[in-house]
Amino acid sequence: MIELNKENFEAEVLQAEGLVFVDFWSEKCEPCMALMPEVIAFAEKNAGKAKFCKLDTAGNKRLAISQKVMGIPTLVFYKNGEKVHTFDAGMIDSGGIAAVQKKLDELV
Amino acid sequence: MVYDILIVGAGPGGLTAGMYGSRAKLSTAIIEKGKAGGQAATTTEMENYPGFFRETTGPGVMGEFEAHAKQFGTVFLKGNVTEVSLEGEVKSVTTSAGETYQARAIILAPGAEPRTIGVPGEGKLRGKGVSYCATCDADFFEELDVVVIGSGDAAIEEAMYLTKFVESVTIVVIHDEGILDCNKRSAQKAFENSKFKWVWNSTVEEIQGDEMVEGVLVKNIRTGEKRVLEVNGVFVFIGAQPKTDFLKGKITLDEWGYIPTSEKMETNIAGVYAVGDARAKYLRQVVTAAADGAIAACAAEKFLEGHVEGRLTREDIENLTKGAK
Ligand SMILES: Cc1cc2nc3c(=O)[nH]c(=O)nc-3n(C[C@H](O)[C@H](O)[C@H](O)COP(=O)(O)OP(=O)(O)OC[C@H]3O[C@@H](n4cnc5c(N)ncnc54)[C@H](O)[C@@H]3O)c2cc1C
Repeated sequence: MIELNKENFEAEVLQAEGLVFVDFWSEKCEPCMALMPEVIAFAEKNAGKAKFCKLDTAGNKRLAISQKVMGIPTLVFYKNGEKVHTFDAGMIDSGGIAAVQKKLDELV
Repeated sequence: MVYDILIVGAGPGGLTAGMYGSRAKLSTAIIEKGKAGGQAATTTEMENYPGFFRETTGPGVMGEFEAHAKQFGTVFLKGNVTEVSLEGEVKSVTTSAGETYQARAIILAPGAEPRTIGVPGEGKLRGKGVSYCATCDADFFEELDVVVIGSGDAAIEEAMYLTKFVESVTIVVIHDEGILDCNKRSAQKAFENSKFKWVWNSTVEEIQGDEMVEGVLVKNIRTGEKRVLEVNGVFVFIGAQPKTDFLKGKITLDEWGYIPTSEKMETNIAGVYAVGDARAKYLRQVVTAAADGAIAACAAEKFLEGHVEGRLTREDIENLTKGAK
């Protein structure tokens, strides 16, 4: 997965064509750490269907807030630089990665 | 294969049941949808699990619970259980991915999740200023003003944690001035903290904001007066609700969704046990979840040996649900 930060976010996500997936996370967030192995497996399994990225919100707080993310974990799909779907922590907890997979299949 | 014991949920209750079951040489598996540790692994501040008090954290203690179960041979399975078939000698659970696992005894340890307040704006603004996890999201609110809803032990503890980051924490309390639901020690610490502001006799009616939280509408329940507090964050700590939706219609639940059990953790179905926060009980903590887990595993062992019926009767349930009210 591509590590995003202030320097590359614009190019990798907002200017990117096609589908981009971003996992907003941070080390202090236990549910994020619990989710991470699943997200990595999800990215590997779907390689080629989208560009898979993650953004550590510690140190990139302003960037996250500019994307209207003020709580984590949050998973966002972008299409041609536009946000098309957001999974908040509640949706992730109830639907699991299976719901994210379903959305990806819909979007590709 | 058919396991002797299959446990749903790897929080402290499930992990302890796993450790006891495996140590008794029963083939024991735990199925968990996320990471092991449950709610206890989401809080860094954990100071009351006996014996662990020097620089311990929730994730730290839960890591030890997991290692302990593994050391005796507990199998860890991954999956979100959405279907259960509990009647009969061989029982089974099925995950959202369609995998089915079988066992002769089942221990339900699905725990609980934060209760939502159920006001307009709450769902829409989750992750956009509405939060149920201080350690996850405190960073975003550096130098901003936030509201905390609730005044129980968890609410006040988490509010204390937030004061390390935010400009101010306004606590909206439903009770009269000076009355909190938390213990006296925490209440005293909170009243001494200059970052706290208090709004008494009040409830939150609405969380406002288009794309991000901009304010909350509070109502004074005495006077009926309403006003808006301008804040960027709302942290909700008003207790928990059991994660037992997947058990509706399969097992007896009380009116709040908790699972009534006997002292031996038996449910109304033979060979099916319930432990931890999802159970109807007095104190929901790591130490009591662990105790439940130990009891359930021992009771299941006796059941598997064929000595006991292993279930609650209708009469037991009536008495228990009466007691819970
Ligand atoms: C912020 C916070 C602070 C706390 N602080 C303390 C403290 O300081 N001291 C203390 O003693 N207690 C504390 N508690 C309470 C303590 O965490 C709980 O009492 C304890 O974790 C309950 O254990 P449990 O095993 O019943 O369930 P949980 O810890 O809730 O674990 C249940 C597990 O089951 C899994 N699960 C649920 N449904 C399914 C399903 N259908 N399929 C698969 N897996 C499933 C969940 O993912 C979860 O991992 C705190 C709780 C919170 C939220």
